[in-house]
Amino acid sequence: MKFILTFIALLIFWFMLSGHFSVIIVTSAVIYALIAAYFTYNYFLEDISFAGIKRIFKFIAYLPWLFWEIIVANLQVAYIVLSPKMPISPELVETETDLKTDYGKTALGNSITLTPGTVTIEIENSKILVHAITKEHAQDIKNKDIEKKILRIEA
Amino acid sequence: MSILDVVTLILLLAGSFFMLVASIGMIRLPDFYTRMHAGGKADTLGQGLIFLGLVVYEGFSFISLKMLIIFVFIFIANPTATHAVAKAAYKGGLKIWSRDNNDSG
Amino acid sequence: MFSFIAVIILIGVFFVLFRAIKGPTIFDRVLSVNLIGTKAVVVIALIGFMHNRPEFMDIALTYALINFIGTIAFLKYIEKNRLD
Repeated sequence: MKFILTFIALLIFWFMLSGHFSVIIVTSAVIYALIAAYFTYNYFLEDISFAGIKRIFKFIAYLPWLFWEIIVANLQVAYIVLSPKMPISPELVETETDLKTDYGKTALGNSITLTPGTVTIEIENSKILVHAITKEHAQDIKNKDIEKKILRIEA
Repeated sequence: MSILDVVTLILLLAGSFFMLVASIGMIRLPDFYTRMHAGGKADTLGQGLIFLGLVVYEGFSFISLKMLIIFVFIFIANPTATHAVAKAAYKGGLKIWSRDNNDSG
Repeated sequence: MFSFIAVIILIGVFFVLFRAIKGPTIFDRVLSVNLIGTKAVVVIALIGFMHNRPEFMDIALTYALINFIGTIAFLKYIEKNRLD
């Protein structure tokens, strides 16, 4: 089942990129998708269930908030970089996370990097190390707003 | 000039502005970890805005589908690469800069 | 319009190149090279639009992939002193 879904996803991706449908191209698409699916089907999908599909929709609902935070983050970086005094006071923060899956941790790490003032340095098991550019942002990380949102997706 | 051209122009100008900010940040900020903030955020959004502008300009076609793939890939890959560099630097024992001891910058 | 945007990005590339040459640590250099790569992807896409050559988008996609993999491979080499 995992294998077939991976195969179909790879085939769709191939046709998105190529846009041609002659016999030789379709044949090579099937062959290469089979080879690639054989090597990767264990990594591509972790589990297939109804909850997994629901999770995708929850993740899509999470995206607008993330984009808004990204825009705020960038305006802030622009302000810090362009202001003559450079108001920064960097700090390292270490927190714990309750997220279980690898996808959840990846989403958390990338979200922390893209949201204002913080960059993920390391995620090891359940420990996260974050570099915050000012003291206020370090406090935001300790409040764990992003993690609560992603926990709601994972549940 | 149609309304789509105006939207394209605004997106492209905003994107190039953020990419320029990332570049200036790379020069001005005092140490590696703070430069990472400029590189990881401003560059990602700048690139995303430019590709969105090109998608608006192109309309609905295979080209814009490819550009959307690049857009999504970069939004996943660029923070991951930044995180990987940061992890390597942290394991390599690089200290963070602060106002009190700025000899490391 | 596209050439103007490309010129702005190339000015940015020069700033980052300065950091790549001067950068006190190796990590500054890796980050700079990564940034130059992402800017190159954008410039390739813009050149494709300038000359009406849609094939350039494939090159941009490939360049984005290689840039990411190259950065990761280089960091792995720095961390472990080998690639296997």
